[in-house]
Amino acid sequence: MPNENMLTRRGLFMKLGILFNGLVAAALAVPILRYVLSSVTRGSSYLGWVSLGHVNEFPEGETRLATFRNPIVMPADGKTVDTACWVRRIEGEQFQVFAINCMHLGCPVRWFPQSGLFMCPCHGGAYYRDGSRASGPPERGLFVYPYKVKDGLITIQAGELPTPGSPSAALGTERPPCA
Amino acid sequence: MRVISQVGEWLDRRLQLAAAIRETAEHHVPRNTASWFYVFGSAALVVFLMQLVTGILLAIIYVPSAAEAWNSLQVLNHDITLGWFIRALHGWGSNFMVAIVLIHMVQVFLFGAYKFPRELTWVVGVFLLLMTLGMAFSGQVLRFDQDAYWGLGIGASIASRVPILGPATVKLMLGGPIIAGATLSRFFALHVFVIPGLLIALVGLHLLMVLKLGINDWPMPGRIVKRATYTAEYEELVRKDGAPFVPYAVWKDLFFAAFILAAVAACAIYFGPFGPSGRPDPTIIQTAPRPDYFFLWLYALLSLLPPSLETPALLIGPVVVIFALILLPFLFGEGEKSWRRRPIAVMSILLIAVSLGTLTHLSGFTPWSPHMNAWSGDPVPERFLKGTTALERQGALVFQVKQCRNCHSLGELGGQRGPTLDSVAVRLTPDQLIRQVIQGGGNMPAYGKNLSPAETTALVAFLATLHPPGQTPARNAALEESQAPAATPQR
Repeated sequence: MPNENMLTRRGLFMKLGILFNGLVAAALAVPILRYVLSSVTRGSSYLGWVSLGHVNEFPEGETRLATFRNPIVMPADGKTVDTACWVRRIEGEQFQVFAINCMHLGCPVRWFPQSGLFMCPCHGGAYYRDGSRASGPPERGLFVYPYKVKDGLITIQAGELPTPGSPSAALGTERPPCA
Repeated sequence: MRVISQVGEWLDRRLQLAAAIRETAEHHVPRNTASWFYVFGSAALVVFLMQLVTGILLAIIYVPSAAEAWNSLQVLNHDITLGWFIRALHGWGSNFMVAIVLIHMVQVFLFGAYKFPRELTWVVGVFLLLMTLGMAFSGQVLRFDQDAYWGLGIGASIASRVPILGPATVKLMLGGPIIAGATLSRFFALHVFVIPGLLIALVGLHLLMVLKLGINDWPMPGRIVKRATYTAEYEELVRKDGAPFVPYAVWKDLFFAAFILAAVAACAIYFGPFGPSGRPDPTIIQTAPRPDYFFLWLYALLSLLPPSLETPALLIGPVVVIFALILLPFLFGEGEKSWRRRPIAVMSILLIAVSLGTLTHLSGFTPWSPHMNAWSGDPVPERFLKGTTALERQGALVFQVKQCRNCHSLGELGGQRGPTLDSVAVRLTPDQLIRQVIQGGGNMPAYGKNLSPAETTALVAFLATLHPPGQTPARNAALEESQAPAATPQR
């Protein structure tokens, strides 16, 4: 006598079929997720040291624009892998290399030697010559790249878009705004 | 004629769709919904279909590669016959679609159409709005120019502020640690496959619900929506005072849709395609990126919010707004539908419209941004120099050279980031001016390290002359007393 609660042979096969599909889907989800998240799970292997040129190209006491190519380049990247940065040679081999990106929302800041300020065209952020915040919406100073001087060449560690929340942004020297 | 009807019969024998289509077309709607207020939904659908067609037409030329995208847009604009026109149609279609979807939403809100039993129709509509905005943003990215590049940087900066997950979100969004080829490829996939697929599915669901539940009846003041009785009342209304959708109501939809398509085409012909602006080359830093029209209000808001409020506003604000929109039909699913009896609803719409309008207007002249060329481009008006001493003129020179002008206007020329200085001497004494220049404060940078004592003296001497004729400059009464205790009062 057929009972509504009774498991029929066909009902069992249908449930097994669903279970089987679920198992295959779960097994396929692992490689798919790893593929989708590959840009996140890569760690910090994308960072690398790139040269900005000879130190003599940067006069002492001045801040100059320099460009560099990202340490990792893919064929379809075009010009996007070439980035600019501001190089301030304090004296001798003492440098500060600032990211071009405003620490508010990432627009390119411009250096004004006359007033000794970096100004952002987007929302009006301003920074002093040492990269510390002067005024406007940014909550912190400009991002500073780690640098090395060797054999007369200045190199910086780059490879990541400097955003306010990126882990390497914490490397930047934090200074309280001038009172 | 007989052949056509025979072919029709042959097809319907196999498809069995004619009855369903006839039933859908002739379903009865309340007579008073055949209104010009009820045409925005169908217009949004028609513009969406146009976007699908023009999008496919663009995709047969466009190259989704960071190295080639900009060049392929130039080819579309200049080399392909009428490529510029298809680009212009797609660009203007996008603007129209956002506008019509918003107008449709306002109409639905004011007519109480989100109330029982159409709550889910509204919720699906909220997601359709979000996807429309997602299409607008990702479309701007595909126009891979300077604005797109820096716009992505802004998106990444916002995403990076998410606590804990920020850096991972940025890499997921950009497809790597920087804005590069992988970024454009994933935005192409979003814009061309993911979001349109979801849009088509949800538009279908949205339309199905409109058909199954019936179009919202015209709101009558005093006709209260109650869960227990509404469905019966609506059915009664349709039976007593209904008319077939085709042709009773549909002609207005058809007229308006044609009008909107013609308007998109007219804008496309008259104004042409959007951009592309400069090459997406990050080494070109002489750029002031701006978002497309529908995100200008956000651009203004991000400039005007106090820094400490910005991250919470950016991260919590959208969540609150989306939740409020989704919860709306569940919190206010019953009651009065007519806008005449819902003053808070009307006021909310007005408040939002005025706020967005004001912010958009402000973004047109960006008073918060320094004018990068004011110091070298805007002359000091003659009237401020007439009859000044050599020291004061030297101060005017310092004022220009030190780029004070980039943020402070004189005679309505110059930046508006800081206060205009036409009458600064009335507000501040020379001592206060010196303090302000050297130490900054109140959102002004300190210039102490950048001005020699001689420059400061000259600058303040000039600033102290800036007061309207006949108005005495500010003075420090306490100082005057202590310096000249014996002097007899003049006045």
